[in-house]
Amino acid sequence: MAYKNYCLVCAGTGCHANTGEEIYQELVKKARDLGVEKDVQVVKTGCFGFCEKGPIVKILPEEAFYVHVKPSDAEELIKEHIIKGRMVNRLLYKEDDKKTDTQGKIDDIKFYQKQLRIVLRNCGFINPEDIEEYIGREGYQALAKALTDMTPDQIVEEIKKSGLRGRGGAGFPTWMKWNFSKQSSSDVKYVVCNADEGDPGAYMDRSTIEGDPHSIIEAMTIAAKAIGASQGFVYIRAEYQLAVQRLEIATKQAREYGVLGKDIFGTGFDFDLEIRLGAGAFVCGEETALLASIEGERGIPKPRPPFPAVKGLWGKPTVINNVETYACVPMIILKGGEWFASIGTEKSKGTKVFALTGKIKNSGLVEVPMGTTLRDIIFAIGGGIKDGKKFKAVQTGGPSGGVLTTEKLDTPIDFDNLVAAGSMMGSGGMIVMDEEDCIVDIVRFYLDFSVDESCGKCSPCRIGGRKILNILDKIAEGKGEMDDIKKIKEISEAMKRSSLCALGQTTPNPALSLINFFYDELLAHIQDKKCPAGKCKNLLSFSIVRNTCIGCGLCAKKCPVNAITAEDCEPLPGKKKPPFVIDGKKCIKCGECIAACKFKSVVKL
Amino acid sequence: MSKLTLADLKKIRDEKNKEMTRRDADKEIQVVVGMGTCGIASGAKETFSAFIDELDKSHVNDVVVKQTGCMGFCSVEPTVRVIAPEMPDTIYNKVSAEVARRIVKEHIIGRKLVDDHVFDHPSRDILTQ
Repeated sequence: MAYKNYCLVCAGTGCHANTGEEIYQELVKKARDLGVEKDVQVVKTGCFGFCEKGPIVKILPEEAFYVHVKPSDAEELIKEHIIKGRMVNRLLYKEDDKKTDTQGKIDDIKFYQKQLRIVLRNCGFINPEDIEEYIGREGYQALAKALTDMTPDQIVEEIKKSGLRGRGGAGFPTWMKWNFSKQSSSDVKYVVCNADEGDPGAYMDRSTIEGDPHSIIEAMTIAAKAIGASQGFVYIRAEYQLAVQRLEIATKQAREYGVLGKDIFGTGFDFDLEIRLGAGAFVCGEETALLASIEGERGIPKPRPPFPAVKGLWGKPTVINNVETYACVPMIILKGGEWFASIGTEKSKGTKVFALTGKIKNSGLVEVPMGTTLRDIIFAIGGGIKDGKKFKAVQTGGPSGGVLTTEKLDTPIDFDNLVAAGSMMGSGGMIVMDEEDCIVDIVRFYLDFSVDESCGKCSPCRIGGRKILNILDKIAEGKGEMDDIKKIKEISEAMKRSSLCALGQTTPNPALSLINFFYDELLAHIQDKKCPAGKCKNLLSFSIVRNTCIGCGLCAKKCPVNAITAEDCEPLPGKKKPPFVIDGKKCIKCGECIAACKFKSVVKL
Repeated sequence: MSKLTLADLKKIRDEKNKEMTRRDADKEIQVVVGMGTCGIASGAKETFSAFIDELDKSHVNDVVVKQTGCMGFCSVEPTVRVIAPEMPDTIYNKVSAEVARRIVKEHIIGRKLVDDHVFDHPSRDILTQ
């Protein structure tokens, strides 16, 4: 027999350390003492996020979310909630800024969840390889509505009302692209999906296609109806094997069921799509380069205008949108543009998916309404920084973006706010850094990436990126001069103004955020020749603290270059053996000695 | 098969929706394994096989084991959702083959949640609101 209630006690590291275990024990004991152990099962669960509000207890099926619970609260929870069926109001989660009276109304108390899943609505529910499960969750209903009840103008109007902006990075209004293509007269038009996701650490698009491939097919068909196209292409990275495979299965099933192909739903409307595999060049995520690649040309950007919406694939009007943008479309058509526009901020509507990675406890995919703060994403959903370290910064927007510091934690995230804060939305990668990450090192990584991926067509990008990277390398080696800062700024300015495409225009962004937001750390590298985070090897030296070294020699055994030897002296008072020393000339700063020493006697200086 | 009409589409939706959301006591239990790239990389295929094997050994027949996409909990994959009559719709994390066998014994047969592996739902379902 199943239980009446389930009492979930957070056993994540944060709550566990903070009396979580005692609360669990108390709840089990009280349930037994009060004779209800057959009615309630007490269970330990994984981290709920919200660690600063811990310890957390959640009771099902009411979904009551109790915060700051103490072991002494166990009796009241069992007596009131389990036995009498009344929620314990004083412990229920309440929004900090809203003094709402929760009075046990179930709908209100569920609001502790910060996520809202529109794009990822089916991930975790349906089998992506079964079209009927997609249909079972309102799939292709939006297409039916668009084909039978709506004119192309009405479709574009609905998208306009929704305020949907392109999720690929720049945030261009989707309806405008569709409208340009609709208004361009041409015998042939195309719909293209950009699934060439390339930012390091970003994988929202891959997961969306893997989990819900039909939503993309449905949205592209709706876009085709809106602009009058009958052929589509999905441009996806060849490395995304599983996504490609699921998309192939999905298009095959869609054809079998007749939601792709000729005369869809008997309306006389034809549409089909092909999958094109990209070979992994980052620049092919840029729309003109992507279209060139589909045409079989080298993937290099072309000057705009003409924009693809007017003159795109093989010179024909082409709508090109990102995976996540398309994934929103069926819900907008089905629930209405106004519904979508009711979510988010004034100028950025709907939700955004972020791939939360780096030094964060609960790394993963999160989808939140636009306007959610970085603090909520990192601390409430992400559970904060791993291993109790301090938050230093978060990188958004990939190689084109910037680094945001603690001061920006309470900025509501939307397209415009992120740009104002010196970064950008980008595709949605969010890499969290802690106090041990060196910002010069991270910025070098991004510059290195962009330099590798520059297609080489225009010189500002090809030469400028390389020059900035060389300067950063010099700084990391301890040979930086104050003049270098000025040089980075000058090169950046030139790249921003004269590069052909967004890749070159945005390559300097990480370097500029280094200068704008981490000036002190940069100065430490240039003037003091020190790396405060202890990452830049040339600016470090390793040393053994004489007083605490017991002379065991473990570090010397581990040292791969024999740089550590026993000092030629008598043992220090109270020690049996003489201390060891590191020869700075031989040391390669690999850190093996630090890992080996059990007495923390090896230190970085 | 022949091409769908609007009526067919609605029929499939209604039937499938009922099948996917049913919770009646005599109806089947669903085990849904997150099998995106992340899940598979963390061993979701072994988890999937372990469910099939353990259910087979225990002679439990009214269980459907199926795959789904990534639920977004990359740090604690593989993820599994279990929907059983009279039990909460539950998401389990870090479901190794061993934990999968425990889920069959404890959750599906024993009607108890499996300690230490229950995880919170990421959000409300916008399609059932």
